Amino acid sequence: MSPKKDTSKSFFKALPKNIFSGFVVSLVALPLGLGLAMASEAPPIAGIIAAVVGGIVVSILGGSHITITGPGNGLVGVLLVAITTLGLEGAYAAIICSGVLLMILGLLRMGALADFFPSSAIQGMLAAIGLIILGKQFHIMLANKLTFDNSFDYLLAIPETISGIFKYQNMGLLYAAFAGIISLAIMVLHSKVRNKYFQLIPAPMWLVLLSIGFSYYYELVLKMPNPIAPAYMLSGIPTANEIVSQIPTPNFSLFFGMPFWTSVIAITLVSSIESLLSIKAVDQLDPQKRRSNVNRDLKALGLATVGSGFLGGLNVVTVIARSSVNANNGGTNRSANFSHAVFLVIFIVLFATQLTRIPLPALMAILVYTGYKLASPKLIRKIFSVGKEQLIIFFTTLFVTLFVDIITGIVAGVLVTLLIHAFINKGVSFFLKNILKPNVLMYHENNAKGNYYISVKHFCTFLNYFRLKQKLQAIPESEDVVLDFSLCHFVDHTVMENLHGYQEVFLKRGGHFELIGLDLHDTKSEHPFALRRLIPGLGLLTKNLTKRQGALQEIALKYNMHYEAESAENTYFLDSFKYFSIKHIDHVYNRLFNSEKTFKLFDVDYSEGEFIAKENVHTTMLHIELEDEIPAFTLDREGFLERVYAFAGFKDIPIVNHTDFSKRFYLLGENEFEIQAFFQDELVRFFESNPYYHVESNGNALLVFDKERIAGVKEIKALYDFGKRLHEVISEKEIVVFD
Amino acid sequence: MEQQKFKTVGIGVTFSPNLKANLYESARLTLMYGCKLVLIHIGDPSEEKEAKFKEILAPFQSQGLTFEVVFNTGEPVTAILQTVAEKKIDLLILGALKREKFLKYYMGSIARKITRKASCSVLLLINPSVERVPCKHVVVNGLEHEKTKEAIAAAFFVAHALESERITIVEEIKQQEIAVAINDDKSLRKATLKKEKLRRREDSRIRKLLDAIPEIQRKNISINMQPIFGKRGYSIGHYALVARADLLVMNAPEKTGFWDRLFPHDIEYILSELPTDLLIIQ
Repeated sequence: MSPKKDTSKSFFKALPKNIFSGFVVSLVALPLGLGLAMASEAPPIAGIIAAVVGGIVVSILGGSHITITGPGNGLVGVLLVAITTLGLEGAYAAIICSGVLLMILGLLRMGALADFFPSSAIQGMLAAIGLIILGKQFHIMLANKLTFDNSFDYLLAIPETISGIFKYQNMGLLYAAFAGIISLAIMVLHSKVRNKYFQLIPAPMWLVLLSIGFSYYYELVLKMPNPIAPAYMLSGIPTANEIVSQIPTPNFSLFFGMPFWTSVIAITLVSSIESLLSIKAVDQLDPQKRRSNVNRDLKALGLATVGSGFLGGLNVVTVIARSSVNANNGGTNRSANFSHAVFLVIFIVLFATQLTRIPLPALMAILVYTGYKLASPKLIRKIFSVGKEQLIIFFTTLFVTLFVDIITGIVAGVLVTLLIHAFINKGVSFFLKNILKPNVLMYHENNAKGNYYISVKHFCTFLNYFRLKQKLQAIPESEDVVLDFSLCHFVDHTVMENLHGYQEVFLKRGGHFELIGLDLHDTKSEHPFALRRLIPGLGLLTKNLTKRQGALQEIALKYNMHYEAESAENTYFLDSFKYFSIKHIDHVYNRLFNSEKTFKLFDVDYSEGEFIAKENVHTTMLHIELEDEIPAFTLDREGFLERVYAFAGFKDIPIVNHTDFSKRFYLLGENEFEIQAFFQDELVRFFESNPYYHVESNGNALLVFDKERIAGVKEIKALYDFGKRLHEVISEKEIVVFD
Repeated sequence: MEQQKFKTVGIGVTFSPNLKANLYESARLTLMYGCKLVLIHIGDPSEEKEAKFKEILAPFQSQGLTFEVVFNTGEPVTAILQTVAEKKIDLLILGALKREKFLKYYMGSIARKITRKASCSVLLLINPSVERVPCKHVVVNGLEHEKTKEAIAAAFFVAHALESERITIVEEIKQQEIAVAINDDKSLRKATLKKEKLRRREDSRIRKLLDAIPEIQRKNISINMQPIFGKRGYSIGHYALVARADLLVMNAPEKTGFWDRLFPHDIEYILSELPTDLLIIQ
């Protein structure tokens, strides 16, 4: 809980930053919106309308802070069904009704809805949606448009389409397929290239820019028509005037039929689950660590969906990938969402005709990548590591969703989970007896430490997790919590996963969240969920050291340090650094440290962004604990990008009498005066005369690293040397100050 | 406060494997409270049975225990309640099974029925033992109720008699009293402040009750207060379990009917999951 601030003043101060971030997000949202709408067989512009209406309505009325709203990838499957069974106008009517239902969910405070589903079932459903997207769009990406009734047939036809490329007689098709393949390669490789300038433009926008450039190259330089077959070019982008004059009329004539309501319920279910999961994930990315008002967001999303449906747009949901792009680009409040909508309007008004230069396979490559991310083998491996029974739940939901539909799929997932729970506990009477009992006790302990204590009785699964969640919600995240499961006989994977999320949030916000009482469960074979959740990430490193690890061991000997190759889960010491405030730390490994553990060199795996915007990074870093407190700051080299950022309101702190330093380095921090006082001549000279490193202080420790990649042996030695001398300069400085 | 003392302690006895332990426990308590013990047996009177009871209680008789055996026949519940009224018993000790089976709960066991109907205070023992197990921690409810004053007074009397080390007074505050729905940081802050306010209100109320406790009973006992936000009756039982209380002291329930048992509340919760020995003060 932060103290109250002058809201309007800080809002305007952060506005340029948010407008900038909204701009970057709109670069992703434009191609994604077009593609998602086309994948659902709606007119491409419908996706943009949803993003614009969503951005405006939810940013004004919503209750979350850095989320971005627009057309969602999870909805592609259900909307596709709705449009094919009800027709486009009928589907708009269904979208409007689902918006109303969503508002009702918000009014009834059903923000906890997503908690009532087992997480493996939700993941199975999302993976099925991913496969539906991937299966259908893969063929268009390779310029081989097919039509099947069953979404599974599309998947089966994939090998045929791939081999079909080599038989294309039509050069136009071949070019289209190439466009698709190159686009997919860009989507995959974009996150692997850690170049600031390349990364500034999100991958989907690269596709748009490259394909428009390609088209102009043929038109202006080669004076030839675009070689890609015209049937595989984006078409039907109306101008702004046409959008306004051609607003479709929703067709409510099917209102009293079963198919209509099945669609409405499926759309509502998926859009609420997608939104709620996204909001939960995005809250963890918020650098200001605020808590979203989920129910208010649901109401706003519902209203936006109603509006979008009337204007000829798709459902509005909270979307994870775009929101994480927003967090990464410095978005701090809802004005980023608003400005993303405004930029989309500007794009459509100014460049509507340019968009027809984009080949369809390029757009579909984005969707194929999205679908792959939803159903990636990595996800399945992760679920398997939790437990075999989770795989059963996952695959049941996945296949039933693929072969029947989403509602049946999720119901099947819930039923299988219940069966498995009953099997593990040898009967259902245990659950029936205790399900209605208020099994969670929470109190604020009246002792010196004043921590919160929560005890859970009987069982804790997705069925009654909401009771535990209710109690957890009532605790400020900056407090210390002890959660005791010793009276609880059975804890399922859904609960453990959610608690893990809470643990992270508490850690990031200065609190502490401890789970106790599960030790006994280990010894009983009845608790595989709890048991396996507690030891994730094993088997990462083998016993045989690599060449680099061998070299690290030698360095350790030489510098009189200790070396441990195993990965360590304890990464708390990194959490308080600003650099990690919007990143997920996975683990640290290859650790070199001195005997007091105050000087640590290590490799760290972390990720930035979520979903298709997710980037996994491995970096070598140096962590030095300081004896005395110094102001918190971030120092990096000044480049072109930082000047752009400065334009957008990120402030560089100038150091008096050292204009050269200020020009070359980019210095950030909360407390300007303290930092200016801290950067005295000697320290400034040290930085000026040494190679560039990213140096960050969190008040009592320093974090130093060079590039966002694993350092070589030589670089490690240099980093060690730099850190050691920096430490000396800073400690000497302290002595001077104390004299 | 002297009138708080129990004068006559009653115990329902049957020839179960727990008989010795039940008798030992009640005999010890009777001695500690300094009062008289009445054994109630439902069945035909016989010399043999009486001799058996006497044999078990013999070690206590030398310490000054006075007791009497009453035989009564008929339906156990009514018979026991009748004897309680006749003999002016003011504390009835019953052995309880710790966790009763699902179906049995709806039909109601004898101990439970008596608990609901008794006009005197009732002590339910879940774990009677022949050896004395010291009662270290007493938990008592601090509900805002006219009977609470007596319950707290009784808790101190018992704790003093049993030389307990610790008394925790648990104030159960209804969730509804906070009346703030927690949605975001702002409402969370509001709810936290409201809770703090309620907690202070409850604490000062309990402190007033504590002033009425005689000094001698408060000596050597550390007194804690613990406000809990949760379901009345259920959360105090849960707390007693978590805090490893040896005795839980509660107000007697208001009249309960069939619906209360079907949709349990207050004391019914505790009866369905006895966390520890339970003393219900009438």
